[in-house]
Amino acid sequence: MRTDPLFKPVASEVSSTRTVALTFNDQPLSVPAGSSVAAALLMSGISRLRATPVSESPRAPYCMMGVCFECLVEIDGVPNRQSCLIEVREGMRIRSQEGARDLIFQPVNVQTLEVPS
Amino acid sequence: MSLLSVDVAVIGAGAAGMSASVALAGLGLQVVLLDEQGSPGGQIYRGITLAPLSRRDMLGPDYAHGHTLAQALAASTVRYEKGAAVWQVTREHKVTYLRDGRLQTVQARAVLLATGAMERPFPIPGWTLPGVMSAGAAQILLKSSGLAPAEPVVLAGCGPLLYLLGWQYLRAGVQIKALVDTTRPEDYWRARRHLFAALRAWPYLRKGLDLMRSLRSAGIAHYTGAEQLAVEGSEAASALTFSVGGKAQRVATRCVLLHQGVVPNIQFSQSLRARHHWDENQLCFSPVSDAWGQLDVPGIYVAGDGAGIGGAQAAALQGKLAALGIASRLGRLSDAERERQAAPLRTGLEANLRIRPFLDAVYQAKEENRIPADEVMVCRCEEVSAGELRKFVALGCAGPNQAKAFGRCGMGPCQGRMCGLTVTEVIAKARGVSAGEVGYYRIRPPIKPITLGELAGE
Amino acid sequence: MSQQIQDVTQAQVIVIGGGLVGTAVAYGLSRSGADTVVLDQGDDAFRASRGNFGLVWVQGKGHDLPDYSRWTRSSASRWPGFAEALMADSGIDVQLKQPGGFHMCFSDEELLERQSRLQTLQDALGDYPFQMLDAAELKARLPLIGPAVVGASYTPQDGHVNPLKLLRALHTSAQANGARFHAGVHVDRIDGAPGEFCVTAGQRRFVAPRVVLAAGLGNPGLARQVGLHAPVAPNRGQVLISERVRPFLDYPTINVRQTDEGTVQLGDSMEEVGFDDSTSTEVLAAIARRGVSTFPLLRDVRLIRAWGALRVMSPDGFPIYQQSAQHPGAFVVTCHSGVTLAAAHALRIAPWILGGAMPDELGVFSGERFLTDKVFSHAH
Repeated sequence: MRTDPLFKPVASEVSSTRTVALTFNDQPLSVPAGSSVAAALLMSGISRLRATPVSESPRAPYCMMGVCFECLVEIDGVPNRQSCLIEVREGMRIRSQEGARDLIFQPVNVQTLEVPS
Repeated sequence: MSLLSVDVAVIGAGAAGMSASVALAGLGLQVVLLDEQGSPGGQIYRGITLAPLSRRDMLGPDYAHGHTLAQALAASTVRYEKGAAVWQVTREHKVTYLRDGRLQTVQARAVLLATGAMERPFPIPGWTLPGVMSAGAAQILLKSSGLAPAEPVVLAGCGPLLYLLGWQYLRAGVQIKALVDTTRPEDYWRARRHLFAALRAWPYLRKGLDLMRSLRSAGIAHYTGAEQLAVEGSEAASALTFSVGGKAQRVATRCVLLHQGVVPNIQFSQSLRARHHWDENQLCFSPVSDAWGQLDVPGIYVAGDGAGIGGAQAAALQGKLAALGIASRLGRLSDAERERQAAPLRTGLEANLRIRPFLDAVYQAKEENRIPADEVMVCRCEEVSAGELRKFVALGCAGPNQAKAFGRCGMGPCQGRMCGLTVTEVIAKARGVSAGEVGYYRIRPPIKPITLGELAGE
Repeated sequence: MSQQIQDVTQAQVIVIGGGLVGTAVAYGLSRSGADTVVLDQGDDAFRASRGNFGLVWVQGKGHDLPDYSRWTRSSASRWPGFAEALMADSGIDVQLKQPGGFHMCFSDEELLERQSRLQTLQDALGDYPFQMLDAAELKARLPLIGPAVVGASYTPQDGHVNPLKLLRALHTSAQANGARFHAGVHVDRIDGAPGEFCVTAGQRRFVAPRVVLAAGLGNPGLARQVGLHAPVAPNRGQVLISERVRPFLDYPTINVRQTDEGTVQLGDSMEEVGFDDSTSTEVLAAIARRGVSTFPLLRDVRLIRAWGALRVMSPDGFPIYQQSAQHPGAFVVTCHSGVTLAAAHALRIAPWILGGAMPDELGVFSGERFLTDKVFSHAH
């Protein structure tokens, strides 16, 4: 969900001429080249990046230096990536990390076994 | 898996790591400098090689100083590996890291850990909500992307970094809604015995005083002696509540930046089973090292804030001292030459550290913000509260490792970095013993998460 | 050096050791109404209980010693009731699941060896169900299995629990029944007088007519003091733990399992390295390779933790259960399957300690069996 951005460029920043296009949960975003994914999301009005696997509580970047693992998102299909350590790239597909990751796209049901004794 | 042999592997390209690497290369040693970020600088000089001049200017001269170090690094023979996530250092000086998804190994003759500091956890109600960040995180956004809060922000806690950020925000024209300071007037009184030493470090002290004065004169609402801090909100932060002198206060905001000092990042020194001690002034564990930063593990050195908090300039000097120690160990320098070169560095270091006891005393994090009430989340990853932790103590948990087994605190992706100190202190208080006696998590590799495929070498 | 004794604690039974073995016995004792004291070491002790894989495993155990198989199965079959009792006493669900378990084989030779081992057990015990599955049959049951696995054995009695929840449930349940725990206690000596044992730990003293040695790797030294022989030694196992993932594996296997919390545990290494519980890259990489071969989709899963823990291994790999002839009332209880055997330890060992008959499977497990010139192997 997008809201008013929590962070924006300070007045003295010359607006970057280079931008890259990416998506967050299928929403198109245009962000300055060279930013970390976490910074790009924060300035784009994305303030909740994931839900925890334990209680599904909302979380967002906390330390921005790779320590806290609160900024985990799915990037180009790879879950649980630290968005504060990854630079934005053209065409990146980013998704919020909703709880524990899936290993596979469809959970596999394992049938009950019958064993002759 | 590729194997590289070098004289020295340095981990961390902050103030200590850069200056040590340059010094080691200058002494004719082959150095590889490994750093997780995409550009050198560490956290204090984050993004220094990329920041436009206007941003450097806004951040102030202390930040701009990092550019000199980064230039020296670029001009040196040091092999600088960016984007390198080191996940293991062995007592035999083997360093294993991931870069671009590939496992790499460096066999060195000596290793320097220059992994710096991280912010002390600030466990208060609501500190896990979106909209709450550490002040250091906000400063990284400013340094690396020129970003600042879009709406009036609340800064809360204490310590030089918090005030520096406030000052930088003022220069950048960012609105600060309130500075909620946990420092009490009596903290200055308590620190008075260190004041004389601090006065001898007058340039530092004056810088700090100027900074505080400009914050006050900017007309920011400045609360001092704030207690019972809590962030309000269900899905995101909506306000900071606290009390001053028994009077309840509430400041509405979507953005709360917390800070109460920095502590050494000791993941590697702990994983090497080096000896650590509990620092009663800085309220943290630091590795025990000799005059050159060597741990009780031969050939493994530590410099900078990872050895105990001293700040960027001290870190750079410690890096140079460690370089001399390593060069001497590797036979590049006679003892006499080492001592001769070390003397001015030691004088400079002493001058730099003179102000520390005063700062440590004035801005010591408050007990209620280190050892929180039962309902407060201590382990953010596994969502273990202080109350649960206390129940484990009542069941007979003597320390953090048994508590980890009982309740998973410290078992999540951050590997205990965000809860380690809190867990130690909560247990110590509950048991009525010192934090040093309780001890710390047993840290083991991988220090950074790696995938099974990467470990399997596939 | 004579120390001033400041503190004397009386009890009916003293259990030395607060790991899975000691607390299971203490739980059984306290449930029976015995006034029990548990002495546990500090936070930095070597603890097999914190490094457990969590299997309640029957498959293949005791193929060369049928009484061990009987003992193991007597515990596995008591586990459901035991888990319920723990739930009632502690409110903790230890997440027992006994859907049967797989042992993957990576070569035809391994598969044949597996079959002969399980057949031997079936021949000796009669009622011992198992199945051998070839690659296609296995794939039908575990669709995510990798092509390197040529087949597997399956037995329906195998299962797993959350071993950390078990440890906490045992502590909580024993204390709920009145057992008193003392943490951070390092036992200096045990003095045995007729009808009374006195355990000295620093300035503290504990006195009881019965004492149970469940101190894991601390047992050899303690056993000697009460006329018992318990020559156990460390055997290191290394384990990898992944980030939490959504459920993908409903069955425990010998080298990979998914916990109720979603993390994946991998590991089945065994090393004789003395008192060194660190990890080594080579072994961890081998565990990772085997895990990825078993389930290739694990390749991209991130590891969060790795640990080494020391198993408590006797020379032949089997447990040691014995009451001292020289000092009746002193018992040694030591094994490396603290999870599987927890139910038996609580429900069958505890009554024996309180004066009941020794369970009949246990005759072969006295420590004296090691007082020979025979060379033992625990590579079962």
